[in-house]
Amino acid sequence: MDKPRSFQEIILRLQTYWAGQGCAVLQPYDMEVGAGTFHPGTTLRALGSTPWAAAYVQPSRRPTDGRYGDSPNRMQHYYQYQVIIKPSPPDLQALYLGSLAAIGIDMGLHDIRFVEDDWESPTLGAWGLGWEVWCDGMEVSQFTYFQQVGGHDCHPVSGELTYGLERLAMYVLGVDHVMEMPFNDPAAPIPLTYGDVFREAEAQYARWNFDVADTDTLMKHFEDAEAECARILAEPHEDPKTGRRIVMALPAYDQCIKASHLFNLLDARGVISVTERQAYIGRVRALAKLCADAFVQTEAGGAAPAAA
Amino acid sequence: MPDLLIELFSEEIPARMQAKASDDLKKLVTNGLVDAGLTYASAGAFATPRRLTLAVEGLLANSPAVREERKGPKVGAPDAAVEGFCRGAGVSREDLVARDTGKGEVWFAVIDKPGRPAAEIVAEVLEGTIRSFPWPKSMRWGAGSLRWVRPLHSILCLLTGDDGAEVVPLSVEGIEAGNVTRGHRFLAPEPFSVTSFEDYEAKLKRAKVLLRPEERREVIRGEADAQAFAKGLEVVADEGLLSEIAGLVEWPVVLLGRIEDQFLDLPPEVLQTSMKEHQKFLSLRNPKTGRIEGFVTVANTEAADGGATILAGNQKVLAARLADAKFFWENDLRVAKAGMGDWLESLEQVTFHNKLGSVKDKIDRVVALAKEIAPMVGADPDMAAEAARVAKADLASEMVYEFPELQGLMGRYYAAEAGLPAEVAAACQDHYAPLGPSDAVPTAPVSVAVALAEKLDTLTGFWAIDEKPTGSKDPFALRRAALGVIRTLLSNSTRLSVVDQCVAAYSIFAVQQNRQRQDAFEKTLDAADKVQAEALGIPVEDFKEMMIDVDNQVLEAQIASDGVLPVVSDAVSGPLGNLTSDLLSFLHDRLKVHLRDEGIRHDVIDACLAMPNADDLTLLVKRATVLSDTLKTEDGENLIQGYKRANNILTQAEEKDGVEYSFGADVKFAETEEEKALFAALDTAEARIAPAMEQEDFSTAMSAMASLRQPIDAFFEAVQINAESEVLRRNRLNLLSRIRTICLSVADLNRIEG
Repeated sequence: MDKPRSFQEIILRLQTYWAGQGCAVLQPYDMEVGAGTFHPGTTLRALGSTPWAAAYVQPSRRPTDGRYGDSPNRMQHYYQYQVIIKPSPPDLQALYLGSLAAIGIDMGLHDIRFVEDDWESPTLGAWGLGWEVWCDGMEVSQFTYFQQVGGHDCHPVSGELTYGLERLAMYVLGVDHVMEMPFNDPAAPIPLTYGDVFREAEAQYARWNFDVADTDTLMKHFEDAEAECARILAEPHEDPKTGRRIVMALPAYDQCIKASHLFNLLDARGVISVTERQAYIGRVRALAKLCADAFVQTEAGGAAPAAA
Repeated sequence: MPDLLIELFSEEIPARMQAKASDDLKKLVTNGLVDAGLTYASAGAFATPRRLTLAVEGLLANSPAVREERKGPKVGAPDAAVEGFCRGAGVSREDLVARDTGKGEVWFAVIDKPGRPAAEIVAEVLEGTIRSFPWPKSMRWGAGSLRWVRPLHSILCLLTGDDGAEVVPLSVEGIEAGNVTRGHRFLAPEPFSVTSFEDYEAKLKRAKVLLRPEERREVIRGEADAQAFAKGLEVVADEGLLSEIAGLVEWPVVLLGRIEDQFLDLPPEVLQTSMKEHQKFLSLRNPKTGRIEGFVTVANTEAADGGATILAGNQKVLAARLADAKFFWENDLRVAKAGMGDWLESLEQVTFHNKLGSVKDKIDRVVALAKEIAPMVGADPDMAAEAARVAKADLASEMVYEFPELQGLMGRYYAAEAGLPAEVAAACQDHYAPLGPSDAVPTAPVSVAVALAEKLDTLTGFWAIDEKPTGSKDPFALRRAALGVIRTLLSNSTRLSVVDQCVAAYSIFAVQQNRQRQDAFEKTLDAADKVQAEALGIPVEDFKEMMIDVDNQVLEAQIASDGVLPVVSDAVSGPLGNLTSDLLSFLHDRLKVHLRDEGIRHDVIDACLAMPNADDLTLLVKRATVLSDTLKTEDGENLIQGYKRANNILTQAEEKDGVEYSFGADVKFAETEEEKALFAALDTAEARIAPAMEQEDFSTAMSAMASLRQPIDAFFEAVQINAESEVLRRNRLNLLSRIRTICLSVADLNRIEG
């Protein structure tokens, strides 16, 4: 397979590859999240017995990683590529290696290794076993068999793949500084680098994240999101207006995602002490658990369809 | 005699779990086989990242037949009873045999249990093993419920006899056992079948898999050494890392790389740690310069370009990592060269323990205590204080934040960069030592002072807040700290009173606590004064002047209600007395464990604990060692018997007569030669023992004591204690009392067992 020439070509090849393997190619979730796992297409769909196969790009934000666009490989905003298949197919490792081949990594030249790395998300109350995948000593993906999400045992088990797109692309394209990476085809009439697209944004967000964001407002938003999440889930399952059974797991989960991101922003502002940190994480986890409890009562979550 | 071959083929098994897993497989399967009557000649287990393999040689083809006899009812018993017995034994009535047991004829059931074929037993045992395998962490996958370390893909289970190989029929959660395996994931992915262990191992090798971990390890070692030698470098030995690497590859391919020049000035430990932790690289040293100049990475594949791409990739990742390390190092050097003030200040914000204050508070206490201890270990007090002040500064450095295992070591580098004396720099690294029972003990005086102060402060502090170790719980590693104190004192022959030092540590802690409480309170008062002065519209200084007496009264009342910690200089009493005696007995318990390993019995130590200055551990051990040696001599061993005999007779007589025979044995009432000789021997021994004990010359004292053995034995042989004459009896009892007094002046022999 010939080598891709740009960041977007790598994304497109992954999309094509996983579509070819039968995954539904979803679009990014329209909220600020810390990682692709937060997309309800992973977190919630990993619950219950309904089969599922999806792949998507998820823009992700980690405010504390902002470096004003100066760092060769750290940004507060970056992309993850996420694949989730339930139940995990027996040949998932082979399928994954196929995706590396699809983006131009030649197994005859490179050293691919599966190195123990157990995954855990304290905020989602989730964990799984798997590996970080090394290509010539560099971590290029995370490979996880979900065992628990939101405190629920996963049955069947989902296989989850997460690619750090910038890092992977930099390696494949042989670029040393992320901002210099070609975003579109370098031969395009208007060639754009990753820096052309994001450098300015990185500086702006770094300044806001670290120094300007109003912490009182953020804290209030956090509490509002927390309260709204609990309130939504406390509503009776039967909708008085339509008379239908409607469990609002997804809108509640949106509030959980919001609370999680607000916590990350507060963390970046440096206003959360070590002891408070655990307490905040515990509060988000409690929301995630409530949402998971609600989701397994929906049809998508494996509950029996409501009688018509 | 067939051979058995088992392979459990899965996705990548974590390297750290492989060795134990192959041992467990061997143990569980062979134990199961033996329990079912299948003995074997030998067994070996192996692991690669993707497979656990067990080879058993010389297995019985069948388990032996077993005949069992069961006794039933008497002949002539009611039919119902006989039939019930037959049902229970699973035999028919015709099969019963009547035998005369001496108490009449009785029915016996003879049950023949035929032997079972090996395959049947192997299938059962292997399935049980797979389902109950003791992985430290296991998982489910897909829609199944089987647990394994990672998804299990295939089971190979083969019995090979003279007439060929036979697959053992076995199925676990839909995985059917077969005779097929696979080679290397990339180099030889096609499945192939095998007929025996020899065939299996040979075919795996052709398929680019080295089955044996030790073979992979030796290939890596040999290749790395050879390639390094060719470049004038040597591999830095690290067996743990070597084994881990051997668990990450099925087909090791060793590649050598150079570290970029810009990183060569980093401390070698930093280079090594960064390469090992992040990249699992072995380090290469230049024997001429002692510097770390290169690395060894082990790939799991033979690349078409000879590994050039792989090496370039690894080199790039390493450069990024080392750029981080260099960044930390350079930032740290700036702080270090400025005297490390920024770090010391920031340690005020780091909690050591919420009841024991910040790390800065701990440092302040160790400074004060190290100063006290310094003269006793031959260190300059000011230098010890300076070393204690900076010894933990590196905890706030970026490098130690990134690599916590470099604490202390970085401290040494940074103290040197700060221009501090070499003794101080050494103490930064050594004051944590010894970390384990076999770790080296600090010997340089300044290091010893800080190491002892650090550990005694920790022990006293946790005792003061009642956070002692209980059972298996020791979250603050206090047992290790205690052993550290013991080993440091003993191997340096340091003479000091542990109790005195704990009292000193406690006083320092109490003064610190009281001052902090007072400061906090005064701050509150200041703020209140300001508010009130503003309200009155007068300058705050004037208001303070007005209030000074009132403030003092309030302060005293506050201190009284908070309860000020007692500050003790010499009095060891009350709660503090309990604390120190409890802590001392904890140290004595650890000492007993330590000395048991050195071959000194616990009762020997108990005998010495009763003697004065038992909180001087060096003295205590000196005494115990001599006593232990003395008791191993024939005289010593028999003296104990003589002593105990004397003591028993004396104690019984004292109880009976209600008096204490402690004085007044007179040689003029001595009748026999043996009795006179004992008088003389006691005089001689006493004259030798007292001054020897005074001079802590325990060898002289104890050999003098042991020399009493012969006269005591002869005395008991010749003399009747309970003589008719009351005068003689009393004189002899008083003589026994002298034996007791003289022996007890050496050690409490009552504690000696046997």
